Amino acid sequence: MVSTQAQKSIFYRLHIDPYLLLGLFALMSISLTVLYSVGGYDMLYRQVTRLAIALTVMIFIAQIPPEWYQRWTPAIFIVSVLLLIAVLVIGHTGKGAQRWLDLGFTKFQPSEIMKLIMPLMVAYYVSQFTMPTRFKQAFIALLIVVIPTLLIAKQPDLGTSILVASSGIFVLFLSGVSWLYIGLAIAAVLAFVPILWFFLMLDYQRGRVLTLLNPEADPLGAGYHIIQSKIAIGSGGLWGKGWMHGTQSQLEFLPERHTDFIFSVFSEEFGFVGVLVLLSIYIFIITRGLIIANQAQDAFTKLIAGSITLTFFVYVFVNIGMVSGLLPVVGVPLPIVSFGGTSIVTLLAGFGILMSIHTHKRFNIKR
Amino acid sequence: MVKRKRNSIRNHSAESALFMRRTIVVFLGILLAVGVLFINLYYLQINSFDTYKTRSNANRISVQTVPPNRGLIYDRNGVILAENRPVYSLQVIANKANDLKNDIKRLTALLSLTDDEIEKFNKSNRYSRSFKAITIRDQLTPEEVALFTVNQHLFKGFSIQASLKRYYPFGNAFTHVLGYIAKINNRDLEKIEARDERARYQGTHYIGKLGIEKYYEDILHGQPGQRQVEVDSWGKVIRTLSFTAPTPGKDIKLNIDINLQLKAQELLGDNRGSIILMEAKTGAILSLVSAPSYDPNLFVTGISQKKYQALLESRDRPLINRATQGRYPPASTIKPQMALLALDEKVITEDTKVYDPGWWIVPNSKRRFRDWKRWGHGLVDVFHAIEQSCDTFFYDTSYKLGIDRIEPFMRLFGFGEYSGLDLAEETKAIMPSRDWKRTRFNQPWYDGDTISIGIGQGYWTVTPIQLTKATAMLARRGDNIKPHILQSIISANETVTPEYDTSKKVTLASQRYWDIALQAMQGVTSKRRGTAYRTFGDAPYTVAGKSGTAQVINIKEDEVYDADKISERHRDNAMFIAFAPFESPEIVATVVLENAGGGSTNAAPIARALFDEYFEQQKQASSTPTTSSASN
Repeated sequence: MVSTQAQKSIFYRLHIDPYLLLGLFALMSISLTVLYSVGGYDMLYRQVTRLAIALTVMIFIAQIPPEWYQRWTPAIFIVSVLLLIAVLVIGHTGKGAQRWLDLGFTKFQPSEIMKLIMPLMVAYYVSQFTMPTRFKQAFIALLIVVIPTLLIAKQPDLGTSILVASSGIFVLFLSGVSWLYIGLAIAAVLAFVPILWFFLMLDYQRGRVLTLLNPEADPLGAGYHIIQSKIAIGSGGLWGKGWMHGTQSQLEFLPERHTDFIFSVFSEEFGFVGVLVLLSIYIFIITRGLIIANQAQDAFTKLIAGSITLTFFVYVFVNIGMVSGLLPVVGVPLPIVSFGGTSIVTLLAGFGILMSIHTHKRFNIKR
Repeated sequence: MVKRKRNSIRNHSAESALFMRRTIVVFLGILLAVGVLFINLYYLQINSFDTYKTRSNANRISVQTVPPNRGLIYDRNGVILAENRPVYSLQVIANKANDLKNDIKRLTALLSLTDDEIEKFNKSNRYSRSFKAITIRDQLTPEEVALFTVNQHLFKGFSIQASLKRYYPFGNAFTHVLGYIAKINNRDLEKIEARDERARYQGTHYIGKLGIEKYYEDILHGQPGQRQVEVDSWGKVIRTLSFTAPTPGKDIKLNIDINLQLKAQELLGDNRGSIILMEAKTGAILSLVSAPSYDPNLFVTGISQKKYQALLESRDRPLINRATQGRYPPASTIKPQMALLALDEKVITEDTKVYDPGWWIVPNSKRRFRDWKRWGHGLVDVFHAIEQSCDTFFYDTSYKLGIDRIEPFMRLFGFGEYSGLDLAEETKAIMPSRDWKRTRFNQPWYDGDTISIGIGQGYWTVTPIQLTKATAMLARRGDNIKPHILQSIISANETVTPEYDTSKKVTLASQRYWDIALQAMQGVTSKRRGTAYRTFGDAPYTVAGKSGTAQVINIKEDEVYDADKISERHRDNAMFIAFAPFESPEIVATVVLENAGGGSTNAAPIARALFDEYFEQQKQASSTPTTSSASN
């Protein structure tokens, strides 16, 4: 593909990718539709505000050329790690977890920054060398991944730590780490699972896994959320119960209706057909992201574009997987659709980077 | 700045190709993962749709049963005997109140809530959902209702709720007829389940426990309605989806006449005993009283353990319905039937005379039976024997008849059988026979046993309702009759009167035998020598009757009965049966007074007073036709 004069359209000059933007707008429309259904005008208004802020951040970031990120990545990473340590020491506790840093005027979640800077840092490191990445470099890169992941897992915030870890690991994978090492790593992780289970996981986290395996064992306790969510999704059927007519959500049987379980609301009201549309939009965005990654001009930008796109998919997979009973409930929102400020800003910032990569090309190569 | 110099031998197109390969792998992985999600969602939404649809509906739709109102009970004149009265209770929905603590404090001042009530309220407030109504005080007085209503605007979230409670306005006068309803207990639940009527009693808290309330439970209860409501996850009702109104229980009308019932209760006074007044032609029970009685309303609101224990342990046994459960020796009241049997079996004739010296000796033995008249009645025929209640005549007669002829004949009159009265509380009492004695005592039947039976003593016991039925059958010359309390079921516009079996039960060889027995019974009240002549001699209507004085304890052969010398509980039971008018019997009465002494002196005047009342009513009804009978 070629970045021709014709492509240097108005979007190119504004550093915006129209395809991504279209996909994102589609998701935002779905988000606002469902939020109005569960939260009324009030929630709609609040989310519109957040989306406006997040879109502004995205456009702003898209203006910054990739070289700038490359230059500042190590510094931002180190500061982020320090902030994570600070959270553990002096952080603000909310909902049983220490995730917030009180800056006086606002509360701030350093782990969100880490979601963005992690792929950049790993990409920064491995792109110093030729691809495919060698064992030693892969090992060092893994250390870069593991330290912040553990810090976040300790808060504890299992969902975010999974997202952070996977964003780093995707960079390694895309950088061409040998399949042998990948195999070894998988074996090591499998060996680590019992240790994780018996020594590192907290009771409530273990409980979530057990609940996943058999939610009906405790239908009014730990299994309640999963059961109600599955009832919501299943009772949606092919065409759904109709907008604002989801009984599971409207009558409050469904927990966390506007955040983590928003997919259940959507499935209940719009049915399997709606689910297909939603999944198609996600696949469209991810495909576009991977195309951008492949069209990027150097290893660093290729890797971060690929990683950001794949991490976005991890959001989708983990969220839908957990609300439909395939994965344990780990607190990952449905990207762009779930209500919530910080995660939307982070996600759109990531898409800002993608747009920046796609629209800041130093030279036009014909391939 | 890039710290390390870019590798000069870096092969960009190779790197791009590698990246592209990895991207394709990842993309395939994504498609696989999406495939898994897709299959799972397909399974949930398409394959398991029905299951989850059902579960979703089970979540949101709650079916509430709306209990029916219980049918009312009227007497034959339309006077209400059992009604549903609104009772008012003060309730609060906690999350609607402004300042619950302060409100309660102010309420305490207004309605003087007791510490108990406040504590009970605090307890239920702690343990129930804040949108559920909590009762503060049950059964407010009208004054309290007024007091609160005036101040209602000061108590947001507080309200007065009306509900219906069964009430028996005549209290203890009808307890043994109506019975009562009370809270459904586990035993009732088992019965309801055995009848497969669980759904019918959903939401109903009360059930008929005794009397008419129990016997006609099925008619009085009605059918519950249903309200389908949508609830949220907290169980709070959001809206009503559908409503089927309950079918209230049917109102019923009893044969009982309020005036005669109250009169009978008044006549019984402090006596222990029973009075039954029945129409001879229909079997309609006009009055059925058992004393002592108790207030049935106590059981509706829930009787205290202490009060219940007192009723249960009282020597007067107020819980027993003496009219149907009281077992008394029939004494001389069955002499007319005995005479009928003897005539029909040709043991005696109209002209048979027996000499009564005051006692009777079992042939070939020394066992001596005394007549109630120590010096004897002299030479008596069957008329004389019934009118003066001569025991010796019947000792002789029954000895000749033998138990094997007496027992089946008496059963025809209903002795030893259920009367068919529409009350579940009834005993068959005892109509003894050889088999019965063998089973009961493992002893043979002796001649002496038959002699006692001849004057209605010994093993023989009857209930007042059995006596009433037997007397009516005498009056009807052997036609069967079924005593009945229920007159009609008042539905929306139809009146159903139950049918009675009136077939001939007792057939004798000659109508003359009936004439003899019945004339003798009339002689009891109209002939100077009759035992009840003093009571009925001046009656403006003709009466056939028979007195009875039943020994409660055995008196030795030579002992003299002296009421003053034996304890009150061992005194004779006074009994009187009668029907009137003699020519065309309309009404039958049975009076049983425990430990009151002689039947003719104590029980007969009560029967007289009731008959007077009855005929007075009839006279008034016929002389001044009421508007209702005119319109009918």
